[in-house]
Amino acid sequence: MYVAVKGGARAIENAHAWLAEERRGDTGVAELSVAQIREQLALAVNRVMAEGSLYDPDLAALAIKQARGDLIEAIFLIRAYRTTLPRFGATRPVETGAMACDRRISATFKDLPGGQVLGPTFDYTHRLLDFKLAAEGAVPPAPEGTPAPGPVPHVTGFLNREGLIQQEVADETPPPDLTREPLELPADRALRLQALSRGDEGFILGMAYSTQRGYARNHAFVGELRIGACTVEMDIPELGFAIEIGEVVLTECETVNQFAGSKTEPPQFTRGYGLVFGQTERKAISMALVDRALRWRELGEDDQGAPAQDEEFVLYHCDNIQATGFLEHIKLPHYVDFQSELELVRKLRREAMAAGSAPGQAEAAE
Amino acid sequence: MTEHYNFAYLDEQTKRMIRRALLKALAVPGYQVPFASREMPMPYGWGTGGVQVTAAVLVPEDRLKVIDQGADDTTNAVSIRAFFARTAGVATTEATAEATVIQTRHRIPEVTLREGQILVYQVPIPEPLRFLEPSEVETRRMHALEDYGLMHVKLYEDISRHGHIATAYAYPVRVAGRYVMDPSPIPKFDNPKMEMAAIQLFGAGREQRIYALPPHTPVVSLDFEDHPFEASKADHACGLCGATDSYLDEVIVDDAGGRMFVCSDTDYCGSRQAAGHKGKDAA
Repeated sequence: MYVAVKGGARAIENAHAWLAEERRGDTGVAELSVAQIREQLALAVNRVMAEGSLYDPDLAALAIKQARGDLIEAIFLIRAYRTTLPRFGATRPVETGAMACDRRISATFKDLPGGQVLGPTFDYTHRLLDFKLAAEGAVPPAPEGTPAPGPVPHVTGFLNREGLIQQEVADETPPPDLTREPLELPADRALRLQALSRGDEGFILGMAYSTQRGYARNHAFVGELRIGACTVEMDIPELGFAIEIGEVVLTECETVNQFAGSKTEPPQFTRGYGLVFGQTERKAISMALVDRALRWRELGEDDQGAPAQDEEFVLYHCDNIQATGFLEHIKLPHYVDFQSELELVRKLRREAMAAGSAPGQAEAAE
Repeated sequence: MTEHYNFAYLDEQTKRMIRRALLKALAVPGYQVPFASREMPMPYGWGTGGVQVTAAVLVPEDRLKVIDQGADDTTNAVSIRAFFARTAGVATTEATAEATVIQTRHRIPEVTLREGQILVYQVPIPEPLRFLEPSEVETRRMHALEDYGLMHVKLYEDISRHGHIATAYAYPVRVAGRYVMDPSPIPKFDNPKMEMAAIQLFGAGREQRIYALPPHTPVVSLDFEDHPFEASKADHACGLCGATDSYLDEVIVDDAGGRMFVCSDTDYCGSRQAAGHKGKDAA
């Protein structure tokens, strides 16, 4: 005798309880604190802030803890939280030229005003497992120097003076807001950059890599990569002037790309741009390459049919929260649709069998 | 218990934005209205569009029913019902006739819906032309020009290849003689029910689209004169309540591949059993 499956509610409650227990793991091992995650898994925290579109290291660390280290799940928690927050207004555009740089490198010049500053990078580490880290131990203090004074000029500014690089014209139009308006195409560059900045690191990396391997190759050099803190200012109507409300760490990448010229533009260098919350340089460089690839139309280049040139393809598929949700929804019951397919396939098979030369062959599904 | 959330979770500005999209959708039946879908606390693809539409239309006096695959007790239906019970504090019900708002995934209830009821569909891919043309820019143009030749060619190719239109669910319809519309992945058995007295609202969260059917809108399933549309179901009666007019799920009951057929609409089946109807497999 068949009894219909019941008890969805209790199954869900029990699953949640088990999940909470698994998240904690062996209680004989000390619990991880949010502060420990924030301080010692900072690059994970940065990625969650960048793709979650919310600059709050403590909340990002909490989300990572709650998500058991699944960063896309943590990003989802942050996104769902941020939509509930009231909006007080918009800040002024951040001045990345005034950034207090922890790291600033250029691949296009050997040396330049402001200098090459490596900063805390993995770049020249040898990727050998450090077994000393398995045992707890204090880290010897890093040597300290005096920071160079004053703002560090943008590298592309030097090329701009010579007219060698395509001008970026200042535009005072308020940018569209991807989180408040539906994404409609064609998207302007501001909207594309917004989508790329919160897009999945792996997806943007793959797209950028494809341009390097010849799918709309655009010959990118890292003109400049800088990481550091920028002040955030907001106009307060009651005061009539802007005040500093905080500081965010940003990674900015400007690529310098070869460009032979087109019907509308003289031969010159062109730019790709990446700007991402936190120390997230793989993402910022990838973003700059994809941005450059998406600019083919305005620069009068050919559409090579490459995925990275197709703004609809890139923008509709770069969001990992949309992607993972839709991908994982196929876990939900689909038995009604499956049943209708089953009936159809049986019917088509029955007719095919009757018409064919296989009399008496039993239908496998019946 | 509403905690610190606004009634039905969404803030009033967002609800207003969604209601405007809904009004536009009702004014142009079948047209996909872009709306600024929000990130919800459940994943995209799990009913965020339907949840946002339900949140925008709910009032405290409403009585909400949520079904998935026709059943009130499937896990995602349970989860969404609990979400609104918690954030809106509205009454919930499993009885189709008692509900004022019904959120559904993949089914239309068997009981005829009446005026005053709202049926909210969760929609994964709102674009009926999507699998013929992947570009949204292109499909919007095709709708604007009423250029549906590609769809007819697809259906024709099905017939020439298989002898039948090989679409069993999400079977495309034309509404009010204008827009070709995706009815969401309901089995084609449900298509004829779409001409109904209730309001039908469709929400696609990830794809940021809302569309709608006002009461009594003509809804025609696409077909050809010599291959008319046919609403099909398993050729059995329900094993529990004996119904012959309901959509059936096939359930495998033993290791030998034995199977029985039961109503997918659990409320319909339960009500019939309570009224004394018995199928051949009932205890």
